[in-house]
Amino acid sequence: MIALLAVALLASGCGRSDDEGGGGGGGGGGSDPGITDKEIKLGGSYPFSGPASAYRAIADGAKAQFAYVNSQGGVDGRKITFKTLDDAYEPPKAVANARRLIEQERVFALFNTLGTPNNLAIWDYVNQQKVPQAFVATGASNWGADVASHPYTTGWQPNYVTEAKIYADYLKKNKGNAKVAVLYQNDGFGKDLLGGFEKAIEGSSVKVVAKESYEVTDPTITSQIRKLAGSGADTFLNITTPKFSALAIATIAKSDWRPLHILNNVGASKTLVLQPVGLGNAKGIISATYFKDPDSPEWADDPAMKEYKDGMKKFAPRANPNEAFCAYGWAAAATMVEALKNMKEPTRESLMESIRSIDTEIPLLLPGIKVQMDGESDGYPIEAMQIMEFDGKNWQLQGDVIQASAQNG
Amino acid sequence: MTSKRLRLAAWGVVLVLAIVLPFFFNAYRVGQFTQAMALGIAVLGLNLLVGYSGQISLGHGAFFALGAYTSAIAIVDLDVPYLLALPLAGAVCAVAGFLLGLPALRLRGLYLALVTLGVAIATPQVIKRAEGLTGGTQGMTVDKVTAPAWSGLADDQWLYFVTLAVTALMFVLAAFLVRGRVGRALVAIRDNEIAARTMGVDLARFKTGTFAASAMYAGVGGALFTLPLGFLAPESFPLALSFAFLAAIVVGGLATIAGALFGALFIEFVPVYAADVDEALAGVIYGGVLILFMYLLPGGVMGLIRKIASMKPRPRGSDDAQAGAVRRLGDRAAGGGAARERVRSQ
Repeated sequence: MIALLAVALLASGCGRSDDEGGGGGGGGGGSDPGITDKEIKLGGSYPFSGPASAYRAIADGAKAQFAYVNSQGGVDGRKITFKTLDDAYEPPKAVANARRLIEQERVFALFNTLGTPNNLAIWDYVNQQKVPQAFVATGASNWGADVASHPYTTGWQPNYVTEAKIYADYLKKNKGNAKVAVLYQNDGFGKDLLGGFEKAIEGSSVKVVAKESYEVTDPTITSQIRKLAGSGADTFLNITTPKFSALAIATIAKSDWRPLHILNNVGASKTLVLQPVGLGNAKGIISATYFKDPDSPEWADDPAMKEYKDGMKKFAPRANPNEAFCAYGWAAAATMVEALKNMKEPTRESLMESIRSIDTEIPLLLPGIKVQMDGESDGYPIEAMQIMEFDGKNWQLQGDVIQASAQNG
Repeated sequence: MTSKRLRLAAWGVVLVLAIVLPFFFNAYRVGQFTQAMALGIAVLGLNLLVGYSGQISLGHGAFFALGAYTSAIAIVDLDVPYLLALPLAGAVCAVAGFLLGLPALRLRGLYLALVTLGVAIATPQVIKRAEGLTGGTQGMTVDKVTAPAWSGLADDQWLYFVTLAVTALMFVLAAFLVRGRVGRALVAIRDNEIAARTMGVDLARFKTGTFAASAMYAGVGGALFTLPLGFLAPESFPLALSFAFLAAIVVGGLATIAGALFGALFIEFVPVYAADVDEALAGVIYGGVLILFMYLLPGGVMGLIRKIASMKPRPRGSDDAQAGAVRRLGDRAAGGGAARERVRSQ
């Protein structure tokens, strides 16, 4: 027993686990964990398994971009390694992954962790640890709404409130007296976009005349569509994830309701949504986008698109470069590379300064769309989109890029 | 006598290792070991039920979840100190276990397994619906346990030692329980219910009592499990968790106390390493390891340890409890021929 105590006492001198945990931010000078003269280590959590595993293509695209940059010498001589873990789109696993990446893999920063509930589950912990949670792969407006409370977390893609404003803007200009029926997913995503839309049409003659919600677990949405069609609306705002976007298009095609159909960006995938229900049924649908569609002939000769497709072929031969998610990952990773390049010192603090003051154009984004943030006053990187209309074969861009900031009114 | 001394010495070594362990690993690893101990408590509880009394439960993930949410709600909404939240979670689960134990009086084998399976299937949905209490799909964040200043420990190390103390207590309790009258009664029920009743064993009392105790263990385990992560959501308690518990008792060794520890380490670490080998094939690798394990070590880790120990001359018969459990469950399983032969030849 005495021996046992002695061992325990001896051992307690050996060190506290958090000393080597690498959690706490880099107080004082010197560099932080995960960055040396030769390497920058980033960590990500994605659904490689489970119902949302289609999103793994984003990780493929990001990894290819980093490999491409490394092949050209890296960032200031530092090669980027991107350690990804599977969370099956489950928040508890995302928390465990974040802890593992920060405390054990000792990454310099988290990048592009995917999913609204997953990022909400980890952001308190990650900010406590003072580790950057850069360019998360979700469009919730949370990420830029209160920079002071979570200074280490930033979004990337246009948030749902920005997107909603762009649709409102389109209607005000093209169909000023629109009577809108809304179908929305009953969760943070659906409510975020709907709330943004309702706020954006305040004071105009565009009116929401009916709204119906569905649960992700619902088998069909036929009754909701029937109610919306019966409301006398002439415009349909479709706030749904891919499976339900397809169901809504198919159900309307079978009915005699012919509204102006606005489909949110999340559901506007040609390969995943429009093809299964028949491209003809999707003719005339309006949506909005912010990056170049790799599947569209419009960009076939674009240098950025060629660079992307060559890079994918070389560094991610198993992935499908025509998949929009791959292009998304490539463009998000390119943004991260820009932020790393502009870092003044190899510290997490300095990376956040660089991210918070980013002002750049990413070649794979639509011309005229900037990635721009400004400290605490503007926490949203991409706040512009362009309207597109489906012509029965491809998405066709329309008009100009529309700027719509989430925070100002 | 030598065997008893050996066993004590082995436990001593385990304890010393357990005490020095958190000083050699980073915070994340220490958290994993803490979680493994919490799983170990739940696995031990299930082993009391399945290994000793022979009643199969496929629903212990539900008790684990109930314990986790009871303590989380107590800590977050009612400001109960976490050390008090543990017995509270245990008590709530004991009552729930007693109630679920009532059908166990009439149902046996597969029928009982199905009732408990139903509970496990319903659990994640129920958690999602009870949004006001549980936070629904958004989950709940529980503040991290902080180490008191006098301890000189990091937070993770402090939580580790708290969990170690609770685990030691629960294991000692279980060991006393199964070595005495109660243990003999449970094994008697498992091996022959009618004979047990003839000998004066009160079936109703022992069966519901075992269910309650077993659920209590799962509840305390669940409460401890969520503390290192500080977050829980419906996805923390999938149906697969109940099966993992079952796998753990078989991997560790049916009807053994120490086996629960090995089983818990197995289900905590093997899936993580499997995912490291190949993210897409994690399930296949985990399953493969499990199958291999059962072919090579049908008696579990403890079966192997006992086999090695029995190479030296020692009194026979001390592993009857485990051999009986393996034989009985093995007899039921179709195609379990190889495993059965191996156990019998021991």
